[in-house]
Amino acid sequence: MKSVLRKHARASALAAATVALFAASPVFSQELNALIWCDHADPALLQPFEEANGVKVNVKEFEGTGAGLAIVEQSQPGDWDVMVIDTIDIPRGVEKGLFAELPEDQLPIADIFPEVKMDASTVINGKRYGITEKFGYNTIGFNNTKVDPADMQSLASLSDEKYKGRIAIYDYYLPVIGMAALALGKETAKLTEADLPAIRDELMKMKANAKLVGEVTASQTALATGEVDILVGGGEWVTAGLAKENPALDFSIPKEGAVLWSQALAMFENSKNKDLALKFIQYIMSPEGQARLATSSCYWGMPASTKAALSADEKKTLRFDEQPGFLARAQPYPSPDADLDKKMQDIWTEMLQAQ
Amino acid sequence: MSESQPGRLLPWALVTPALLWTLVFFVLPFLAMVVLSLTHHDDGRATFENYRQFFDNPSYWRAMVNSLQVTSIVTVISVLLAYPFAWILAEIVPPRLQRLALVLAILPFWTSYVVRSYSWLLVLAQNGVVNQALTGSGLFDTPLQIANTRAATVIGFVHFFVMLLTLTIFANLKQLSPSYRRAAADLGAGPVRTFLHVILPLTLPGIMVGAFLTFVLAIGDYITPQILGGNNELLMPQLIMMQIGRRGDFPLASALAIILMVVVTIAYIVCSRWLKIERT
Repeated sequence: MKSVLRKHARASALAAATVALFAASPVFSQELNALIWCDHADPALLQPFEEANGVKVNVKEFEGTGAGLAIVEQSQPGDWDVMVIDTIDIPRGVEKGLFAELPEDQLPIADIFPEVKMDASTVINGKRYGITEKFGYNTIGFNNTKVDPADMQSLASLSDEKYKGRIAIYDYYLPVIGMAALALGKETAKLTEADLPAIRDELMKMKANAKLVGEVTASQTALATGEVDILVGGGEWVTAGLAKENPALDFSIPKEGAVLWSQALAMFENSKNKDLALKFIQYIMSPEGQARLATSSCYWGMPASTKAALSADEKKTLRFDEQPGFLARAQPYPSPDADLDKKMQDIWTEMLQAQ
Repeated sequence: MSESQPGRLLPWALVTPALLWTLVFFVLPFLAMVVLSLTHHDDGRATFENYRQFFDNPSYWRAMVNSLQVTSIVTVISVLLAYPFAWILAEIVPPRLQRLALVLAILPFWTSYVVRSYSWLLVLAQNGVVNQALTGSGLFDTPLQIANTRAATVIGFVHFFVMLLTLTIFANLKQLSPSYRRAAADLGAGPVRTFLHVILPLTLPGIMVGAFLTFVLAIGDYITPQILGGNNELLMPQLIMMQIGRRGDFPLASALAIILMVVVTIAYIVCSRWLKIERT
């Protein structure tokens, strides 16, 4: 009898614990599956949307469009609802039939900085397939107490003997090749195979001056710890997030220009939650969502919307009011076809291997 | 007397789960990778182009040379450091403290591999502990460039693999019967001669197993060279990852991975003489 009672007591306790566990966890009626970059993983960005809509946003981070598209190819249709992608790569997804048309009348297109709307990439055959959500510059990031800020107004300084061994290069071939092209006076949108030998030589000159070529964390760490004083390819995405701890970190848009990077949101054609996916995109593009995305803990960047609800300090850190001048001098990310892309990666590999 | 039917089937029944596991998680993925490596990235047609690229492009070749150089250096240094360490643990540390000593030795490896690599980056940096000690003690006037070099990659690897080798060599030393040493002493051999002619040859299988594991794990490692090497040279895993990042060139990445696997297989064949689990 005693053992039966004990068994009942144990079962009741287990049931109570289970109920308590479920009661303590939020109950979500829907889930949204998002393929994202790390800035979208910030709980400060996702929680307001989840709470307002009673949904759970499941995220998977990836780096590089190739890796992102590979994840999609290995998934079942309908597994994913939204994707963050380089704005220039939206046509790659559209070609594969992955993305759905976005209703322009339900999105704040008019609020976006005109220079980053990038309709050539986001609107295909008259239909909008993506919307730019965040942008910034691959340019010169530097410590303004260690280098002469006047020198940082020219890309020629990057191969100046004066800064030998004090430079890190951001390890992504497209923007840095774009910067090398700018240093040579070439337009990043019109690069051809014939430009590659000169670009290769320019990259080699940069490498000869560099201490390291690092991905995001390594290059950011190198600049923050004083291992290097200059980051080629850096910009607000490196310096803004560290501004409070290290106000000496700064960036310039040199006279030759800078490379404009931009990321966009797209909705999957096979999404089973298109309404929710659209709501998510609307939230990200709202003034509140834009501010949260711009100041994400992973990396800061300029919000695409001119109406982002940023504080005065945040605007100052991002140099929000200087954007018209910056955008006027910025050139688009190189957008090579598959063949030129491969050749660009090959000269990048050659540069990395150069001693 | 012939063996009964159930008796004959039992060994197969026991080995079947392992065979299935190997088939599903190694053989089939490997075959899929071979097929993928023989297709073209753009249109999926059959081609040897991906393999040809490796042999035609000096930068790709260089990555393999770099990988072999770094891995060989790491393996040799790790063995040279691990053997005396294992010897001290097995012969000098009292048996009741050996387990504790081993736990203490591997304690740093309970932290994340990535975190540990970034920690090394900070330790070896221009303003890091090592350079502060070197300049503070007056040994050097200016900080040495250690972080973001091949030396940093080697240090990061050695830190990890010394422990791995210590464990394999320690296990080998502990298995050695004291009779071998006593017999050598009875025959007039001194400690050095006993070590060189008796102990070392008998522990060679343990060294080779550890060295081979070090070689295999180091040559395929992406994290350490990526974080500590500063991309001032590319190793094969970095070259493979480069093909996937933006371009998603899985066929070329597969071809490079298979070439790396062939190199590891050659290393296995070279070492196979010593890679015996059983003691003869």
